[in-house]
Amino acid sequence: MSFRQALESGKFLVTAEVGPGKGTEVEHLLKDADIIKDRVDAINVTDLQSSVMRLGSMAVCHMLTDMGIDPVFQVTCRDRNRLALQSDLLSGWALGIRNVLALTGDHPSMGDHPNAKPVFDLDSVTLLEMIGTLNSGKDMSGNELNGTPDFLPGAVVNPGADNEAALDLQIMKMEKKIEAGAKFFQTQGVYDLDAFEKFMKRVEGLNTKVLVGIILLKSVGMARYMNKNVAGVFVPEPLIQELKAAEDKAQASMNMAIRLIKGAKDLCDGVHIMALGWESKIPPIMDEIGL
Amino acid sequence: MIIAEQKALPEIQDMVSSYRKILIVGCGTCMTFCSAGGPEEVNKLANELVAENKDMVIDKTTTPRQCTEKFIDRLKDKVGDYEAILSMACGNGVQAVASRFPDKPVLPALNTQFIGVEKEKGVWTENCLACGDCILWRTGGVCPVTRCAKSLLNGACGGASEGNCEVSKDRPCAWQEIYHALKRLNMLHYLKGKPQVKDWPVHPGRVVREDLREIEATRVD
Repeated sequence: MSFRQALESGKFLVTAEVGPGKGTEVEHLLKDADIIKDRVDAINVTDLQSSVMRLGSMAVCHMLTDMGIDPVFQVTCRDRNRLALQSDLLSGWALGIRNVLALTGDHPSMGDHPNAKPVFDLDSVTLLEMIGTLNSGKDMSGNELNGTPDFLPGAVVNPGADNEAALDLQIMKMEKKIEAGAKFFQTQGVYDLDAFEKFMKRVEGLNTKVLVGIILLKSVGMARYMNKNVAGVFVPEPLIQELKAAEDKAQASMNMAIRLIKGAKDLCDGVHIMALGWESKIPPIMDEIGL
Repeated sequence: MIIAEQKALPEIQDMVSSYRKILIVGCGTCMTFCSAGGPEEVNKLANELVAENKDMVIDKTTTPRQCTEKFIDRLKDKVGDYEAILSMACGNGVQAVASRFPDKPVLPALNTQFIGVEKEKGVWTENCLACGDCILWRTGGVCPVTRCAKSLLNGACGGASEGNCEVSKDRPCAWQEIYHALKRLNMLHYLKGKPQVKDWPVHPGRVVREDLREIEATRVD
């Protein structure tokens, strides 16, 4: 079943993601993908995550299609103007990519080439509009395409925005993204179910699918790092203490993910698991939840 | 106004090292107000350069604006006496002076930063990218093209933390500022407008006012 079919079937969706590395080595990543390929509806491939120069998303997405996996091509507006974005989308379609996650992207100053020129010719909303335009057989300038894609566009939302203005702005933008064609949302990592429930209440009238983002917590250091440096991610102190006290950290991390997904399951339409190399933990987590 | 900062002294010394007689020209408008290239800074730089090289002859002057022909013209009787002009204007002034005196090396003593304001004593912030299509009427007087690090036109990204931009904790999130401004003005509905794609201007810019050109053409002197 393709991701689109899974989405339209109304089942509880499960997606994961892999991040290409710096260099041409892909064996590791393809092995990670292989471990989960029969358990997930799609696998996202990140686009120079955190503005760090890496192997590209399009090539890895194509490799996943060769393995029978339906990839989600993550596309940011950070590095490409409207010409390059449209061309890469057409190229991706020609290579078998059917799903796109439209993102604004982190600023280049966050990454390992901090003085690179930022592009941001489009943003996540206008990128979604552009995908709709390509799907309709035209480019952004209204020229006819010879051969038309039919992408399933998705987007992201950050339910953990840390103040009222930021949350209102997130929801307004989510509405614009839906209006612009986003058929699904994968959220930033969620650790606080109460906050997520409040967020879902606020967006319950919106006609879209929300996949709750779950980041496997690999260490106390990682939790503290994310709390300090990753916008919208907040790991509550009791969870950090739970991990700290645990003898088997991996098991404790899996238990946390199981609890979070069980708690979120009835609030939303699916889960997006970011395992960060711990892909082998995904099948036992899903077994435990009964997915 | 235009905001600039003086270059580090070694770079300026390097620039002027092959000249024995130079004229430092300050600029009396923006550069004076942002304390980068007014009469005070001209004096200070002249003293610093002489302290490093006693043989150098340095004279000083300041024009009201180095970007305006009639004020550049005031230099015309002076420049012949010097091997080079060290300009303490913004990049615009440096080029205007260089264009007026094409046979004279005109050297920039400043790094031009941006169009902005003095936010507090000794702190300047950028306000305008001169993008050619002002939308401040629907963004509560806060420019997202300039003040959002990603120049986003359709709302905030997810990167803000505690009201600040992901690029730096000393830069407020422009979209949160826009949100607060529009809320205050009871104009929050502007945030829900149709998504915008920016038409970027082609550089170098050129403004042509036919009305003024016609008046000039028909004027009888």
